[in-house]
Amino acid sequence: MLRWLTQTVAVTALNLRTIPARMSSSAVAIVGIAGVVVVLVSVLSIAAGFNAAMRQSGSPQRALVMRSGADSEMTSGLGGPDVDIIKQAPGMRREGQTPLASAELYVIIDLPKKSTPDSPANVPLRGVEPTVLKVRDEVSVIQGRMLEFGTNEVIVGRGAQAQFMGLSLGADVKSGQNVWRVVGVFEADGGVAETEVWADSRTLQGVYRRGNSYQSVLARLDSTDSLTAFRDWLTANPQLNVMVRREDEYYAGQSQALTRLIQTIGFGIAALMGLGAVFGAILTMYTAVATRAREIATLRALGFNSLSVVVSVLTESLALGALGGLIGGLAAYIAFNGYQTSTMNFQTFSQVAFAFRVTPQLLMLGLAYALLMGLVGGLLPAIRAARLPIPSALREL
Amino acid sequence: MKYLPLVWKNVWRRKFRTICTLVVMFVAFFLFGLLMTIRTAFTFGVDIAGADRLVLIHKVSLIMPLPVSYEPRLQTTPGVETVTHNTWFGGVYQDPSNFFAQIAVEPETFLKIYKEYELPTDQLKTWLGDRQGAIVGKDLAARFDWKVGQRIPITGTIWQPKGGGQTWEFNIDGIYTGGKNVDKTQFFFRYDYLDENRRNGQGLVGWYIVKIDDASKATELGKKFDDMFANSSAETKTTTEKGFVEGFAKQVGDIGAIMIAIVTAVMFTTALVAVVVMAWSVRERTSELAVLKTLGFPDPMILGLVLAESIFIAAVGGGLGLLAAWAFVQGGDPTGGMLPIFVLPPRDLVIGGALIVLLGLLAGAMPAVGAMRLRITDALRRA
Repeated sequence: MLRWLTQTVAVTALNLRTIPARMSSSAVAIVGIAGVVVVLVSVLSIAAGFNAAMRQSGSPQRALVMRSGADSEMTSGLGGPDVDIIKQAPGMRREGQTPLASAELYVIIDLPKKSTPDSPANVPLRGVEPTVLKVRDEVSVIQGRMLEFGTNEVIVGRGAQAQFMGLSLGADVKSGQNVWRVVGVFEADGGVAETEVWADSRTLQGVYRRGNSYQSVLARLDSTDSLTAFRDWLTANPQLNVMVRREDEYYAGQSQALTRLIQTIGFGIAALMGLGAVFGAILTMYTAVATRAREIATLRALGFNSLSVVVSVLTESLALGALGGLIGGLAAYIAFNGYQTSTMNFQTFSQVAFAFRVTPQLLMLGLAYALLMGLVGGLLPAIRAARLPIPSALREL
Repeated sequence: MKYLPLVWKNVWRRKFRTICTLVVMFVAFFLFGLLMTIRTAFTFGVDIAGADRLVLIHKVSLIMPLPVSYEPRLQTTPGVETVTHNTWFGGVYQDPSNFFAQIAVEPETFLKIYKEYELPTDQLKTWLGDRQGAIVGKDLAARFDWKVGQRIPITGTIWQPKGGGQTWEFNIDGIYTGGKNVDKTQFFFRYDYLDENRRNGQGLVGWYIVKIDDASKATELGKKFDDMFANSSAETKTTTEKGFVEGFAKQVGDIGAIMIAIVTAVMFTTALVAVVVMAWSVRERTSELAVLKTLGFPDPMILGLVLAESIFIAAVGGGLGLLAAWAFVQGGDPTGGMLPIFVLPPRDLVIGGALIVLLGLLAGAMPAVGAMRLRITDALRRA
């Protein structure tokens, strides 16, 4: 057993040490596998980034009230009187007499994206109430000041300011016959709110001709457990026709379709490319075995057993795979991690800014896939090396 | 031509290696085809949108409605052929994940403008006589196994029926088909049914589509419309349908750029594999090439032989890959409705073909030039 081990180690070390001498053929395997890992990791980092933005948006501490049947804030609608009733619900946190709830409107305003200045993008414009900063306690104004309610002032999210044109501090934003003035910039822990523009909901009602109606009420719960009491009271109330969802669940639901689509595409492409890379690796390893046919035969003639030859070939191919995986992962990380972009959230027809995220999990996944490709690519050549008929291989020039 | 057998023999000199190379090529071009298809899907068929169709939306944003009273004013403007309007319904059939577009339309003018939607005349007749009627795309009907005459309940998310509840009932009066580029996953129903039965929003429509008689007047007419409604409570913004779809696609973001980046990565990897493999196979044959030269084969001929070999491998592997991608796409959208326009444009097939030849030339060029420059005496001595 020990002898077998030393044999294997000796042959393997020899193989690994001679990789640089076979650079051009090894490059086929390394670059092929690295290419697959770059594509896999970078495509999945889009999904990871989008998903993270959506998930960071919701808090289990808050509940979102919409008209029942509405699938997003966009399609929901609540009358002013309904909102007054909702604000009386139990389970909601209160500060003195003031319930910590914000009745909101969610509409779209057309602004050009910086990356495509000639065509408008649907930027979400949210009407909020003065309580909003207490309801969403993760939001803070980082530049300028909070908007003054009752005026046409707005504050813009950090992501919105980075992605869309004309949202600099102090700028006037013309939309139809109305002009909004940007007085502040806010951040929201990387959540989707950072892509939004916030205005006073009362002002927005007038501008968008919504009368005294809102679209949703966002309420801060007493504790995460008081959702049931809150929900039961609202749904049992015959005057109301609403549904209540925990905010984090609402956003998680919104990210599902797009995340799944990107993941399907990413895994599909990676699987196909992987097939090509495996054949590239097979080519490399076959060449490696072929150029060393005589050495391998000599070792076998000296009494090295064939299993150690198999292990050595497999190790070499795994090493190539690992190298490819590392290079690919690193390239994807350097090129894409933190890459800022925005896309359309189809549930609300509005833009969401997010950053690609090359997470450690994705890098591990890429490396694992690279090793798998190396293993599969080395299998056939390894068996062939072990089966090499000694006399004819020795005779081969 | 008489050297073809020689090229053929060289190609199969190392069967396994050639097969591996063919598979790599095959995969590369199969992927190329698929990625170009996905790219087209994400542009929402911008290539087929009409330049002689204008879209009027509310100036503030697409989600703001316009009054139905604009229709006669648009219709009587000189240069206008037909006017119709659409309204987004956004309902849910059984489960929110069953997403498909439902749009309220004016049947006659709608089908007059969108001639690409083909509907049998008897089904059209039924639809015109049935207020609750709807027509659905062939792919959509297949997805839910709907038949003509079936009654479909859809839960309204934006619009609630006057009679209470949230469910709207529709009769499927027809199933439309159309060419490859036509989105066959949509659900069209009658605007009058929506307008008479919704609780609020009477007299409002989503957007207008105007067919004009001369595409070159698009900009001029667009400006005229926008001026017509300027300073009203609902100002408009007019674009060509093409511009509208393009703008929508741009909002989704850089899908096209990402696809191109991936294709570049795939092509680079494949080219590298091909170049290295060709170099090996030529190096192995140094002495044979020297013998050919000794026999009097001129240098350009040697160059041609090696190039022919690499182009052959690229053409067979890549060609089959493109063909397979084309065949796969003919099978239709595999995601069940997420990519309604699922076609591999002929333009991309041509680009693919050009890439195959380029790749073959590239892979063969270096070893071929090396083979051509080979000095007979050196090569023979080495062997």
